Parts: sequence; C-alpha cells; structure tokens
Amino acid sequence: MSNTYNDIMSQRNEIMKKSVGIDYDKYEFDGIGFDYEMMMNDHDFDLELIIKIQTENMVGNTPLIELKNLTKYARKFADKGKGARIFLKDEAANLSGSFKARRAALSVYQAKKLGYKGVIAATSGNYGAAVAALAAKVGLECIIVQEAFDSKNLSQPEILEKARKCESFGAEVVQLSVGPELFYQFLILLKDTGYFNASLYSPYGIKGIETLGLEIAEEMLKKEGKYPEAVVVTNAGGGNLTGTARGLKNAGATDTKIIAASVDLSGLHMASDSDFNKKSFTTGHTGFGIPFTTFPDRSDVPRSAGRPLRYMDEYVTVNQGSVFFMTESLATLEGMERGPAGNTSLAAAFSLAQEMNEDEIIVVQETEYTGAGKHIQPQLSFAKKNGIEILFGNPFDEIPGKNIILPSSAKLLKHKYLDMTKLRKSYLKRYCNIDLSNKDILFLEEELNIDKQNIIELMMEVKND
Amino acid sequence: MIDKNSYVRIRKTLLKPEERASNIPAETKEVPFKMWVKGYLHDESDLFDIVKITTETGRVETGRLKEAFPPYKIGYGDFVPEILKLRHLIKSEMYGDKDE
Repeated sequence: MSNTYNDIMSQRNEIMKKSVGIDYDKYEFDGIGFDYEMMMNDHDFDLELIIKIQTENMVGNTPLIELKNLTKYARKFADKGKGARIFLKDEAANLSGSFKARRAALSVYQAKKLGYKGVIAATSGNYGAAVAALAAKVGLECIIVQEAFDSKNLSQPEILEKARKCESFGAEVVQLSVGPELFYQFLILLKDTGYFNASLYSPYGIKGIETLGLEIAEEMLKKEGKYPEAVVVTNAGGGNLTGTARGLKNAGATDTKIIAASVDLSGLHMASDSDFNKKSFTTGHTGFGIPFTTFPDRSDVPRSAGRPLRYMDEYVTVNQGSVFFMTESLATLEGMERGPAGNTSLAAAFSLAQEMNEDEIIVVQETEYTGAGKHIQPQLSFAKKNGIEILFGNPFDEIPGKNIILPSSAKLLKHKYLDMTKLRKSYLKRYCNIDLSNKDILFLEEELNIDKQNIIELMMEVKND
Repeated sequence: MIDKNSYVRIRKTLLKPEERASNIPAETKEVPFKMWVKGYLHDESDLFDIVKITTETGRVETGRLKEAFPPYKIGYGDFVPEILKLRHLIKSEMYGDKDE
C-alpha cells in the first residue's frame, strides 16, 4: 500500500491496535457505548505498582504548598469572610518538569514490558519531554512528533524549547507544519518503526495521574484534617482532569468540587496556518479543552481514557493576560518561577477563591517548569513581534489573536463560567439521529454525569435546536 | 560543501496542497504540509540539495538540506517593558506604594 493520505488513514485502526497493545473492540457495547471501567482496569497496574514505578522514576510526591501571599492578595478583593486558602501542587518537581511525567511513566513502563523497541508520542508540549526523559531512563528509542511551524517557518518559542528538551534526552524530534495531518505522519511513523504509541489518552496515560489526586487528598487530610473543597485543573485534552478526579474520588474525597479551567482562545482556529502564531498558549486553552470535553474520542486512540464530563463540576475560562498576570504574581509574591500555561488553573483559582469562604481550601493541582523560550518574557516578546498588542485594562476586552490584555488591577482578574448544559448538549449532538437504547442511555448518564430524565430532556432540546 | 556525517536539518514536503485533508481551513489547505527533521548526512552535499540522512533513532529520511549544525536559537526575547509595569503593579497592590 502507498503512503497517500487516504491509504494511511484507512489503516488507522490496524496501526493503532498494533502500537498500543490494546484491543479496544472488547470493551465495545452494542450501540454507542463501551465499558469504560473495564478498559481502565484491564491491565496489571494496581495502585501499589503505579506508585512504585513513579517513585523509582523520580515522579510523584511533589510538594503541596500553601500560597499565603497570593491568598492574601486575592482576599484584598473579596467580600468579608470570603477568600479561600489557595494551595499549589508543585508538579514542576517531577522528572522532566511537569505532571506529564506521571502519564509517561506508565506508558513507557508498558512499552518496555511488552517488548517494544521504542515509543512515539504526538505532542508539542510537556508530554514530549516526559516521554523522552522516561524513555531515556529505561533505554527505549523515542520519537516526538510536534506541530511546530507555520508556512512562514515561524514557531512559538515554547515549542522550540520543548524540541530542545526532548533532544537533550536523546529523542528524535519530527517537526511538522500546521494541520491535522500530523496524525497521518504519526501513523506512518508508527507503522514504519513498530514503536509503541505512548498516547496521552490510553488508560496508562490517565491511570498515571490518579496518584496526583490521591496525593492531594491524603496530604490535605493529614495537614488540614479535611479534603479540599475544590481542585482546579487546567483542561486541554481532558486527561489531567479525569485522572486527578479519579484519584481524589478513589481516595475518598468524593465531595471535592472538580473545576476545569482553560485559557479563552475563542475566535482562533486551531488548524489555521495564519492563526497558529497569534496565540500565546499552545495548550491548556479552549481550542483543545472544549472539543475534547464534548467529544473525547477525537483523540489518537479508539476510546479515550480521558473523559472529563464524567467528573467535571464546573468549567471556567480566563484570558491570556490573566494567566500572564498570575505567572508574574507567582514569581513576584511567592518566589516561584513557573508556567506560563500551567498557571491557567492558578489564575482561575485566584478569582474562584474570592467566591469561597475563607475557611475553605482550593487546590491548584499543577505547575510546570519554565526557562528560555517557555516563559512570560519570550512569549510576550514573540507575541509583540507577531503584531499582538500588549495592553493593560479589563481582561474581558481581550480579543485572542489581536491583543493580550493584562488586568490593570488584580481586582479585574476574573473567571468566566462556561455553560455545562451547553457542553453536554454539544456532546449529545452526535447522537441526535440515533434511536437510543436503554443501554445507550445508561452509558450517557455516566458520560455526562446526569440522570436519565436529564438526558432525555437535553436530547429533546438538541433535536429542537 | 557540507561534509558527509555532518549533523544537519532537512525539510520535506509530505503532502502537496491538493493532497491535504479536505476538512481544514482554506489558508492551511493552500500551503503544503511539511516536515523538518535532524540527522547525519549520508553524502557530502551542498545546502538545498536533496539529501539522505539517518536520524537519531536510525531512520533514513530524504529531504532538502536546510541547515548544517543546527543551533538552538531560543532565549528570553526582547525587552518587554509591560512586564516591569506588571511587576510594579502587583507589588504596589500587595504592599502599597513605596514612600520617597
């Protein structure tokens, strides 16, 4: 068979099956659903083994610290008695500098165990660095596939830094121009090399994050005698939220509110060559967050293990300027240089805390490493070079792709709620021409975390829209 | 002339505009889908020649020779005065303005 676009895409399922070592067919129900929990538990990883693998690889057990100064700063703008205590899980302390090492640890372990010679991951973000680092540690070959350049050969400094980091661990980095055909080249590489697909969305990719939720629950209980009232998670592909929420729930923190946060990039098209370098965030934004929330199986495996609507209580957005503002605040007031993209949930938490009582606790569940290229300084410098105006004012006036509005006071740094009903309806749209069986509806109840009556009502609304 | 076995960066067109996926924005569909990859040069060549390389994982790739001994150019960018303003704003909201 040739390597034309259509030929390769038609071999998608076969290539995937070989490269993940999972036969997804066996989890499928008749109808629209599949057995999610069976898929999540169909492997040899128990919690003890996961913790052992991660600990041996310098992953996990990251510090959970109270941001006393940022809490104080937030309370300046909160009503009396309001302003929850803000805690931060310093995931930058993981091998390779982000929580993504938790995911990579299990994927790479599995690849080695199944006898693959190497691993491939499609990512221009921290996950690439994590897979490359873990592959180096177990002696596997590694290829990282990045969407890197627009047609003018321009790339975000953050992506170029990630390429450098992957190469520093001995990985090969394949850089591509803008477009969803990345998946096509990814399939060719999987087919030609026979390497393992270290997908972000495999059960291993999500299981690995459950320890993050577990650590938050256990440490909070030990330190404060209770589970946190809320945990804020930066949301893109949905895996971070899914894994963290599952970990919290398994540990007993069933009442902890799970809040997703993304950078608002509305108006910018993710597959657009001309929009590519107009954004200042390559992940953690609505361009990934919303589509993956409303259709998780758009990922690079047949059934994504990241299914955020099952666990999400609220979904908020903040603008780019607010995340830069918080990145600078974290450095200036707490002495922590982190992010910027990983600080999306921190920006949201700063504002969300002001709606909560002062004896309550809100946990920001990640940070990420920072450095040349991947830092507020080069990212704002790059934005300016691309004609993006940097202004001070009300962040709600920001127009992604035209300007970045830094709040002229932290008082103006506010989150915006996304409509959960709208998100669920968007998920249901796919099925509006299908006669749903009882089994389908049961599946949807779990997928959308609402009851049967709700599903039927929402479905009616979708059909009438 | 670039010596055999030099570490280089090549570029290859993977899909011409007409071969690209159908469901993509017009401005993306107008341009070819390209790949850049680094590796060791098989034969002595000139810049912009079509060459063969062996990548870090031992794969052989063909493409146009774009750069020999590719450097990392990332840094901290140009001076961004807005960051200083931001820093002062945060400090003054937190601790109050400094007295003279």
